Amino acid sequence: MLKTSLLSKVLLVCFLVPSFLVQAEEVNVYSYRQPFLVEPLFNVFTKETGVKVNVVFAKKGMAERLAREGEHSPSDILLTTDISRLVELHDQDLLQVVQSEILEQSVPEKFQSNDNTWYALTMRVRNIYSSKRLGNIDISYEDLADPKYKGRVCTRSGKHAYNVALVASMIAEHGEEKTLTWLEKFKKNLARKPQGSDRGQVQAIHQNLCDLSLGNSYYFGNMLHDEKQKVWADAVNINFPNQSNRGAHVNISGVAMAKHAPNQKNALALMEFLVSEKAQHMYAETNMEYPVREGVAVSELVNSWGKFNADELSLETIAKNRKAAIMLLDKAQFDL
Amino acid sequence: MSWILALVLMAPVLVMLISGIDSSQELFTHLWQTVLPTYISNTLLLSLLVVTFSLLFGVPAAAIISQTNVIGKKYLRWLLMLPLAMPAYLVAYLYTDLLDYAGPVQRFLRTSFGWESPLDYWFFDVRTLFGASIMIALVLFPYVYMLVRTAFECQDQHLIRASRSLGFSLSQSFIRVSLPLARPAIAVSASLVLMETLADFATVQYFAVNTLTTAIYDTWLEYGDLSTANAIASILMLFILFAVVAEQRARAGQRHQSNRLNNQIEAKRLTLFQQIIAVSFCWFLVVAGFLLPLLLLIVMAIDYATFEQLNELITSGLNSLQVAFYTASIATIIAILLALFKRLHFSTWRHYPIQISGFGYAIPGTVLAMAMLATLGPIDHWLNDLAKLFELKSPGLILSGSIFAIIFALVVRFAAIANGTIISGVDQIPASLDLAPASLGVKLKQSLLKVHLPLLKSSILVAWLLVFVEAMKELPAVLLLRPFNFETLSTQIYQLISDERLEQGALGALLIVLFGLLPIVYLNKKESNV
Repeated sequence: MLKTSLLSKVLLVCFLVPSFLVQAEEVNVYSYRQPFLVEPLFNVFTKETGVKVNVVFAKKGMAERLAREGEHSPSDILLTTDISRLVELHDQDLLQVVQSEILEQSVPEKFQSNDNTWYALTMRVRNIYSSKRLGNIDISYEDLADPKYKGRVCTRSGKHAYNVALVASMIAEHGEEKTLTWLEKFKKNLARKPQGSDRGQVQAIHQNLCDLSLGNSYYFGNMLHDEKQKVWADAVNINFPNQSNRGAHVNISGVAMAKHAPNQKNALALMEFLVSEKAQHMYAETNMEYPVREGVAVSELVNSWGKFNADELSLETIAKNRKAAIMLLDKAQFDL
Repeated sequence: MSWILALVLMAPVLVMLISGIDSSQELFTHLWQTVLPTYISNTLLLSLLVVTFSLLFGVPAAAIISQTNVIGKKYLRWLLMLPLAMPAYLVAYLYTDLLDYAGPVQRFLRTSFGWESPLDYWFFDVRTLFGASIMIALVLFPYVYMLVRTAFECQDQHLIRASRSLGFSLSQSFIRVSLPLARPAIAVSASLVLMETLADFATVQYFAVNTLTTAIYDTWLEYGDLSTANAIASILMLFILFAVVAEQRARAGQRHQSNRLNNQIEAKRLTLFQQIIAVSFCWFLVVAGFLLPLLLLIVMAIDYATFEQLNELITSGLNSLQVAFYTASIATIIAILLALFKRLHFSTWRHYPIQISGFGYAIPGTVLAMAMLATLGPIDHWLNDLAKLFELKSPGLILSGSIFAIIFALVVRFAAIANGTIISGVDQIPASLDLAPASLGVKLKQSLLKVHLPLLKSSILVAWLLVFVEAMKELPAVLLLRPFNFETLSTQIYQLISDERLEQGALGALLIVLFGLLPIVYLNKKESNV
């Protein structure tokens, strides 16, 4: 019947599609990080080692897909944009232990897991961007709930991973009850419902819709290099909050090896490459991030933002408080 | 056989429902006490508004084009279909960009009038539920327009002439005869619009409107509880089931004949005033739903497009075409089989295969993708185990890890469109045509091929076209299910939209629109030759 032959044609095409079954040396990556950020790194890796890197980028649901694929999963390496995703993968038993001298030496202890399953690649700060109209200010996350900023604060969705991690760190510092109060007062200060991206908030400050916003550090650098967005970035100052007490909240992007990785040798080579001086330097220069490897300098632009104290709270504690953070966000109806 | 088809299409939905049984009482209670009521009321309100606006846009447009002598009818006829080529999330982004506080419209107003801040003047906020519903309706009304227009044009004009001979004017005949006769088409298109709205995530998220779909995503991704997420998705399904059953009841027992041959519609001659209104109305829809967004995209592309982008776009463009083509073809064929099966068997329970197979439409793309993995994953594992048994090389994940998964997911998702369109077409075929061939000694199966199928040509083309365009635009399912190194146009521009960098992707967005346009224009050419 017509339908059957078409179906068989489809199946035939599908047999032809899985290119990862071919013999050449390769490594398969599942990445939460965006293509334009990591592709340059992969290109250098392939040039140096001859190993082809196959990537799937997804904004959501990576862990689910991995869990479903089980032992037949073709993925070798997992790249995430924040600590929660790494811990989620770890807790669902989707990672394997990676013993490597190079990884041990390149990544400081506080930036790796206790059991050698995941390693941070870069660090990022959750800054508060403030309008130049306010002048130079010394600000803390707690100040976002201060009534003097009523109607002048913008942020992306409270439930975005970066904000959830921040709330998680607030819970670790102040406990749930005080954090809930903070969220409710913060919500009252919002100029508009949480929406858009971190860059979109800076755009709003530029247009005098609000004076303060939350945003990751590297966006500032990226905006200054973007034709259209430079004018937004020029309207704000980048602040490292809580310098007078615990320090600014930080998060990480990280890497781990999948439990059933079919190309273990190549996967390890890629991991070691990503913490190498060359790759860390690329992260610093092109992505405006803070490399984890000691001795690798940040870019000149990032350097001009000054030194700062980072919150020493362990990454694992942040990840542990994540669920409580989301429940509080729902209780405060932050996004609604 | 249709039952097998229907069950295959339903499989992911069933998997989802079963998984929902396991849901967490505690989490559910927490959600219910905090955000769920608002999500539900938002969902209901959004659905109501979108369906109302789509009908308000689509039905008059269909009436104007089919029943009157409006100026420019020949062009407006297909121009009104163009908004379909625009992905809703793209239109959402473009309009918020345009009408937002920081956009050119408000900036112009501020410089002209010397206003400094939002406190100085009032401008409507686009990023609200109301704004979102208008946006979505602008992009979805072509469904209503196309299905209702086809219904109007297929109606047996003898009925109208009879009504006129009994004393009703042309307008009165339209309201009392044509409109009620078109009710099934109106109902089907309304339910398509409803399901598309419920499934949407990217657009409402961009508008900061939180619906039940938000709850599904949050529960799954943030709370990590897939079972409860599926339970909420199942509630969504119940809602749709209710709507579909209500629609069925509403048109129970109605049979609609048509005679395409002697079917000249007497076009109502409009007065000048009426012409102005009709023309403005139609052009407003075309401009707002298509031309203005297109213009914005072209401006962006001129400013930002580079040759590198063009290079990247070739691969993803081909991927998009591939996925859309296969999806459209398979979905249409399945819809034909199911609709003809329904036609052959008049008892009610045989109607269900085609009804239930359409549920995939209302499921958000990502949820469907997860259900797809849950369905195909075990099959793949089983296949691999089988291979091991025979000591063959393990084939890996040939179903869930290849574009088979994407195409299967999209067919499930868009089956409703194909089904709805073809059912409308089948319903137009008079009952006499079922029996006439039999009386001439032709077997039923043959008559289906030689009589019914050719009569369905227009519906088949429309169905194929609609699914093709939808599959081109589809985003979340592809994002999740794709194999390595597989980008489509929609995934590429989505990355950019999320970072306020659509300008870099304007060229790709234009390609999506172009690919969506080609079938529409082709279909129109074919139609005018008939």
